[in-house]
Amino acid sequence: MIVTRSLTKRYGPVLAVDQVDLDVREGDRYGFLGPNGSGKTTLVRMLLGLVYATSGEIEVMGRPMPRRCAEVLPQIGALVEGPSSYGHLSGRTNLALIDAAGRAGARRTRRARIAEALERVGLSGVDNRPVKHYSLGMRQRLGLAAALLRAPRLLILDEPTNGLDPRGIREVRDLLSELNKAGTTVFMSSHQLTEVDQLCTRVGVIDQGRLVVQEELEVLRGPTGRVMVRSPDVDRAVAVLDGRVERVEGDMLLVEAADPAAVNLRLIAAGVRVSEFGPERRSLEDLVLAVTGAGSDRIEKGGDRGDQG
Amino acid sequence: MTAVIRVELVKLVRRPRSWVSLALLCGLPVVVAVFVAVTHLAPPPGQGPALLSAVLSSGSLYPAAALAIVLPIFLPVAVAVVAGDSIAGEAGAGMLRYLVARPVGRARLLGAKLIALVVYVLVAVVLVAATAYVTGTLLFGSQPATVSNGGPSGGLSTSSVAATSLSGGGLTPAEVLIRTAGAIAFIGVSMLGVGAIALFLSTVTDSALGAALGALAALITSEVLVTLGAAASVNPYLPTRYWLAWVDFFRQPILWRNIDRGFAVQAVYVAVFLGAAWAHFATKDITS
Repeated sequence: MIVTRSLTKRYGPVLAVDQVDLDVREGDRYGFLGPNGSGKTTLVRMLLGLVYATSGEIEVMGRPMPRRCAEVLPQIGALVEGPSSYGHLSGRTNLALIDAAGRAGARRTRRARIAEALERVGLSGVDNRPVKHYSLGMRQRLGLAAALLRAPRLLILDEPTNGLDPRGIREVRDLLSELNKAGTTVFMSSHQLTEVDQLCTRVGVIDQGRLVVQEELEVLRGPTGRVMVRSPDVDRAVAVLDGRVERVEGDMLLVEAADPAAVNLRLIAAGVRVSEFGPERRSLEDLVLAVTGAGSDRIEKGGDRGDQG
Repeated sequence: MTAVIRVELVKLVRRPRSWVSLALLCGLPVVVAVFVAVTHLAPPPGQGPALLSAVLSSGSLYPAAALAIVLPIFLPVAVAVVAGDSIAGEAGAGMLRYLVARPVGRARLLGAKLIALVVYVLVAVVLVAATAYVTGTLLFGSQPATVSNGGPSGGLSTSSVAATSLSGGGLTPAEVLIRTAGAIAFIGVSMLGVGAIALFLSTVTDSALGAALGALAALITSEVLVTLGAAASVNPYLPTRYWLAWVDFFRQPILWRNIDRGFAVQAVYVAVFLGAAWAHFATKDITS
């Protein structure tokens, strides 16, 4: 769906995106992660033909970008760096204008498509008040509605749940998985790791302009080879599993074990009560923190890290 | 293409600013007319806006006088604001990225903005003339107009028109109408020159205010240089050099020399700055 080869963007002396080989497959729910200023937005803008690459290639839906953007972009719904609208106009008018401005937005179906998009994002009952009186969450929903207007094959969403409350976040997550089930590829950037954790099937991590990880989430979160055991009888459990316990924290033990079932059997056989048991998995957070540096919004004395665009 | 143009026109119409600026443009000549009509004190020939001294004898010349009133500052400011807002305003509102990603081709977007600007300029000039015609005939009557037959208009100075006596031949209403239409076209094209400069600056900066002020700075520079003898070598190429040549439409017979030059100079400015705007906008990274 999206393939980039050695994609590079240089702003003067600053290398914002450095030799990125992105590979988003059809049907993916792709989470694009990275600290602030790591090049996420620049990359998204290049995918949409807003920013021109310094070198490298971009292919979206099998067509080179930005050369064929007239064919590709109508099939993409995008939310880039927050929603925007004309504040003095109503939400519906905003959607009508943005739909009419682009090509291939059939006029006959416009009203129906706007109604459907508003319905999907939970704004179906919105009145005619101007967008400048909308709350942050309503604006976010309106931005999502604009992205959904054309029933896109690919959604490119930058921080789609920004400004939403927990219920709103849940709704958007459900909406995105529903659209994905219906065949829409979702490419979203975020630094809300839990959001990506709960929604995405693949992740890419960018740091200082370089793509440092790109993998199935399942693989990344693979078992660590340790088992987590929670027990009211910690001391007895430690005695039973002597030598293989790596760490004890309160009533929780981390046990090195190639075969979790064998550990469980030993504990039960020894009459140790087990309240919780399961293989330990790597968390996305640990992974991301391990492969990325500090974001560009952190500026320490001595300037050991420059500001990346 | 037509869809984008329609969207731009809708945006223009639904923007309160458009209506406020038009009301102000039309309001100023009305205020002037009321003062002149009440006091019967037209500026003596050679002072004040061109043709104003002639309107006391005929209200049908007031549209031309009204254009002379708004031309030096009001009209160019309004045009620079609208043109400066065209791309930079979208960038400032964060809408430029959504328009281009929709996709609205960059050339199309610029073209639609230009057409909306032309429509705004034409509506503004015609509306000023129309309200001035109503005001003029109501306040000054509509006797046949008399016009001057003085020498060619010289740069910004209108003294050559107003200084001559009003002894020229009378104009029939049809002639006044045609000549006013000619003046409207000339002023429209002159304003398009301002608009082209502001439109180009609008693609360069993300600040609509900056683009408008930049265009106005260019005009002020030009007006200063026009009156400066030392700058005589560049004088014929300055954008405001022939701005007042439209007054020559109201001479008997019409003096075409400066009118033609005015059209030519503006055509060059429009072509150069639109070309620059297109070249810059088509290749620019949209980071707003």
